[in-house]
Amino acid sequence: MIATVVLASLSEGARLLRDNFWDYTVTGATIGAIYSLVALGYTLVYGVLRLINFAHSEIFMIGTFGALYATQWLGFDPGDPKKTGIALIGVLLFCLVIAMAVSGASAVVLERIAYRPLRRRGSTRLAALISAIGASFAISEAFALWRGRNFEQFPRLFDKTHTVFTLFGYDVRADQVLIILSALFMMVALDQFVRRTRLGRGVRAVAQNSETAQLMGVNIDRVIVLTFLLGGLMAGGAALLDMVFLEQTRYNIGFILGVKAFTAAVLGGIGNLRGALLGGFVLGLVENYGSALFGTQWKDVISFTLLVAVLMFRPTGLLGESLGKARA
Amino acid sequence: MKKWFRLLVPIAAVALLAAACGDDDDDVATTDETAAPAAAGVVCADPLTIAFFGAQTGDAANLGLNESRGAELAINEFNAANPACQIGYKAFDSQGNPDNAPALAQQAVDEAAIVAIVGPAFSGESRTANPIFEAAGLPIVTPSASAPDLSTLGWTIFHRLIANDDSQGPAIAAHIAGELAAAKVAVIDDNSEYGLSLAEIVAGELEAAGVEVTVTDHVDPASQDFSATVTKVKDAGVDVVMYGGYYAEAGRLRKQLVDGGVTAGFISGDGSLDPGFIEAAGAEAAEGAILTAAAFFSPDGYTGGADFGAKFLADSGSAPGLYSAEGYDGANLILAAITAGNTTREAINTFLSTASFQGITKTFKFLPNGELDGPAAIYATVVEGGVLVGAGQIGG
Repeated sequence: MIATVVLASLSEGARLLRDNFWDYTVTGATIGAIYSLVALGYTLVYGVLRLINFAHSEIFMIGTFGALYATQWLGFDPGDPKKTGIALIGVLLFCLVIAMAVSGASAVVLERIAYRPLRRRGSTRLAALISAIGASFAISEAFALWRGRNFEQFPRLFDKTHTVFTLFGYDVRADQVLIILSALFMMVALDQFVRRTRLGRGVRAVAQNSETAQLMGVNIDRVIVLTFLLGGLMAGGAALLDMVFLEQTRYNIGFILGVKAFTAAVLGGIGNLRGALLGGFVLGLVENYGSALFGTQWKDVISFTLLVAVLMFRPTGLLGESLGKARA
Repeated sequence: MKKWFRLLVPIAAVALLAAACGDDDDDVATTDETAAPAAAGVVCADPLTIAFFGAQTGDAANLGLNESRGAELAINEFNAANPACQIGYKAFDSQGNPDNAPALAQQAVDEAAIVAIVGPAFSGESRTANPIFEAAGLPIVTPSASAPDLSTLGWTIFHRLIANDDSQGPAIAAHIAGELAAAKVAVIDDNSEYGLSLAEIVAGELEAAGVEVTVTDHVDPASQDFSATVTKVKDAGVDVVMYGGYYAEAGRLRKQLVDGGVTAGFISGDGSLDPGFIEAAGAEAAEGAILTAAAFFSPDGYTGGADFGAKFLADSGSAPGLYSAEGYDGANLILAAITAGNTTREAINTFLSTASFQGITKTFKFLPNGELDGPAAIYATVVEGGVLVGAGQIGG
């Protein structure tokens, strides 16, 4: 009896997924792109320091407020006429720069306050982990006291529901195109930066073996600051894209997203930049397909079952290799 | 050492309690001493105080303040009209937390001048505070505690100004099947105790009325992105989306539905009846959404209280919200008892339990168990031009 009901709902889910496959794919890829960008921050810091920066979700949250403030400086209110053309690009770029600057700067400050003093005293990684969790709570509660606990609305900057093109019958929206393309662009840029530049070589050297890198004359403190800065910049970019997509923020907005992005980083292989990219998209898509098949309330169950299954067969994640092993 | 510690705990507790009492004393509204000698109106010899019991601070403060401001307005109006009978006002801030309620209830009981309570505002705190009020015979009128079983616990001091939760689901379902004439409906909830049970009642009633519930889904309120649910709703091509849950998620869901191209109507319960719904959805997407409640929320459309909104704004500095009119009616009900010459807790309770009183939201006449006599009224509010507009009674 129960089996029949489960089968009936599963076959209904399968029909739902088949009929709306591209719908689920595009919306899943959109949120997946944001997961990927945030996952890069976890993966970078882990690659260099072997530390899970649990306060990274708060760096993202600060970025959303940066983007919100940027629109307010420009005099936007929810309900204002939408922008088009050059003006729109200008507004988006301005918000992006502010969000990235705010997130990048707070990541650097966070490293100074929460991690460097511990590292200087040669503390254990466990102490740094506790410090990360403490910093996460402190930042989030500080924002709750400052901004209140209610959502604040991000203004609609442009007519984002306008259809850009149709993918097998699904009308792809302007914001979805913007989010997926800009996220991909930022990730490629970061990947190339780490692979091709002198500073990036320093990051890879420290990731591979920090003591040897130090002996070779790499300034380890500077590399660590750079790592946090890069992660912060990506989180800032993700913050603006998230605001364009979902249009509201508050003190704890980073929490769930942070958990998802961390999952994406582990799924793809933590410490691996391309793994974070892959993990984010896979997680976004699996969440959506799973919601279609089993119902939205099973979304997280499905994602984490997938994570456990992947780690059982590939303990280092889908792509596995670490940041240091990437070739120059 | 251990003995010392044992002594210290009760001392600290007493000190804390004293500090808490001290704080509350500041909340007593000072009565106007310079009032002109009584020309007319009610005369009362003893000092009388009406207290409000509910959240004034904390996460749930908005609902509590909506009510207490209504009660304060009623008392201020009474005091202005009756110089020879000045009623005091005092607020007991429970923060909506059932754990805070017993100690505060005991304080209220111990204060002899307090003759009646407007509140407790929530069902949870009612469960812990009302037994104490019952033992002391201190009458209460609650504008918003809506758990159905509260009236089955044998409290003689309990009076509820609104219909309980059992009435809302059937009224929403009847509205969807009747006035909205929907053939296919999506029923979505936030998996919370309140949201899920409301959604289940609505879905059951709809099926019974022959309306097809083609989509049921449970969203995670902590998640920002509802796109999977939007796709599901779009796929089913429903006429109406019913949501059981609170305003922040309701607004976000409504916005994402509209952005995703869903043109179906939207109806939700009292958890969503807040201006925050419009803020979250954006005025454009919120337009036309129907929000129901057992409380009558209509800033400019109260019977015999058309200027309630303006008076409320002038008195408290903010616009009336959900349950403000019930808070006002509740205080006026107690004041009517005082006007009729009842100045003890017992006499006021007898008056409340037997008399019939015309308020600005409805006529109040109570059954022995404290529920309203007559059909349970559920009211609709519609979003029009970015504001909440009362749309009359839909159930009862």
